[in-house]
Amino acid sequence: MKKTIITVVGQDKVGIIAKVCTYLSNNQINILDISQTIVQGYFNMMMITDTSKSSKDMGVLSQELAGLGEEIGMVIRCQNEDIFTKMHRI
Amino acid sequence: MINIFEVNETNQMIEQENLDVRTITLGVSLLDCIDSDLEKMRERVYEKIVDKAKNLVSVGREIEMEYGIPIVNKRISVTPIALIGGNACKSPEDFVSLAKVLDEAVKAVQVNFIGGYSALVSKGMTPAEEYLIRSIPQALAETDRVCSSVNVGSTKTGINMDAVKLMGEVILDTAQKTKDRDSCGCTKLVVFCNAPDDNPFMAGAFHGVTEADSIINVGVSGPGVVKRALENAHGVDFETLCETIKRTAFKVTRVGQLVAQEASRRLGVPFGILDLSLAPTPAVGDSVADILREIGLEHPGAPGTTAALALLNDQVKKGGVMASSAVGGLSGAFIPVSEDQGMIDAVDAGALTLEKLEAMTCVCSVGLDMVAIPGDTPASAISGMIADEAAIGMINQKTTAVRVIPVIGKGVGETVEFGGLLGHGPIMPVNGFSCEEFVERGGRIPAPIHSFKN
Repeated sequence: MKKTIITVVGQDKVGIIAKVCTYLSNNQINILDISQTIVQGYFNMMMITDTSKSSKDMGVLSQELAGLGEEIGMVIRCQNEDIFTKMHRI
Repeated sequence: MINIFEVNETNQMIEQENLDVRTITLGVSLLDCIDSDLEKMRERVYEKIVDKAKNLVSVGREIEMEYGIPIVNKRISVTPIALIGGNACKSPEDFVSLAKVLDEAVKAVQVNFIGGYSALVSKGMTPAEEYLIRSIPQALAETDRVCSSVNVGSTKTGINMDAVKLMGEVILDTAQKTKDRDSCGCTKLVVFCNAPDDNPFMAGAFHGVTEADSIINVGVSGPGVVKRALENAHGVDFETLCETIKRTAFKVTRVGQLVAQEASRRLGVPFGILDLSLAPTPAVGDSVADILREIGLEHPGAPGTTAALALLNDQVKKGGVMASSAVGGLSGAFIPVSEDQGMIDAVDAGALTLEKLEAMTCVCSVGLDMVAIPGDTPASAISGMIADEAAIGMINQKTTAVRVIPVIGKGVGETVEFGGLLGHGPIMPVNGFSCEEFVERGGRIPAPIHSFKN
């Protein structure tokens, strides 16, 4: 399993999760966990996903997701889980 | 499992607090390029650097993309050139031709700086080392990306005062030869005492002779992250303050460790060390001076500055050491003047003087760094400043360095613009009393005694 963290931040609106999930589904990316909050109208979502079945490498996925984010007016990031676990877990 | 708050904290550090990996530095040994024929050696040096570093930039980009952490610089350090050029170089000009081949190689692999145009002369100079030192002004004026360093002293050997005197002249000559560009040649020249073999930061990086054929050293950064953490620590006692810095340094360093391991694995080059330095940039919020302000000083330079810097430096090390498997290089807080907006403001406000900076160098890594001084400063005064810094390093068993820029044609009250990461800054006054007789003596200051510490 290759765990990848996808974060989506921006002004809340209809269909954000639908758009992101459609992309993930089209690219064989399985969602393991979702958490989401709304702070002062700002949508803030984190997904833990498994990208091991995707044919695209991390560079392509993060560029395409960033592009999708621009389309829907959100900031979407896609990062290897290690950067977070290394920083926050001993 | 990781939670949303932790993810947001990390991303906020990267986006808003300038957390980045300052440099991945590939150390390359050139000892196997030694030849008595200069042309052959130039070819071998070029081929080895290009071969070892051909994937450095692309691997750096891959890691940036995958982890979402900026890697600001990819750099190369090589064996001190004075050591490898001894047989082939019979004049300073011969050494300049080696500097040019380093410049060509580093441009071919799109790396922004190469360090190691260096001589280690803490006890004495060979003829080759003296040629190299004398070639530095021309080499730095005629290349773009070559950085030079000279180690003039150590705790074990004392201070080579002949080299100190020579370096005063070399710095001034380098300034002269690049006077059309605000004497920027001097930004690429460092004079060390106790220079480390594995420093990844420019301009003082070189690949020491104790190192393997090639290694990856990584320098992290994160003054902005420490500053932000301390914004919530006003009014707390020193124990809590120190704990906050330590925790933050740990987090920052873990990112560096991750990047270092990944770079090492992907390039097939062993991991050397992680340098824990807090390295500022001219960007707003990326300042060591701002941390000192958060600790409780109106400006760096105020009474209490040395103590504040000492505790900062120590806590960064304590937090960082646990986060990494191998720590080395300079590892501490950098206090370059022109590269840190907060330091520039302190000089402008009249709070920070050269003398206070010197005191600060007793408790942090490196020394008088990126300090612009008047262009009419005599060489003997620059040598005197080098001797003072080297003495601090020698006695306190730490690395110290001098990177001053005598800006030809400019004086106190004027400013200088180096651009990019090197920043800009005011020209600082130098004590005008003479030390010429002291510098002229020549010879060596003997190594200090290691007992009776008082």
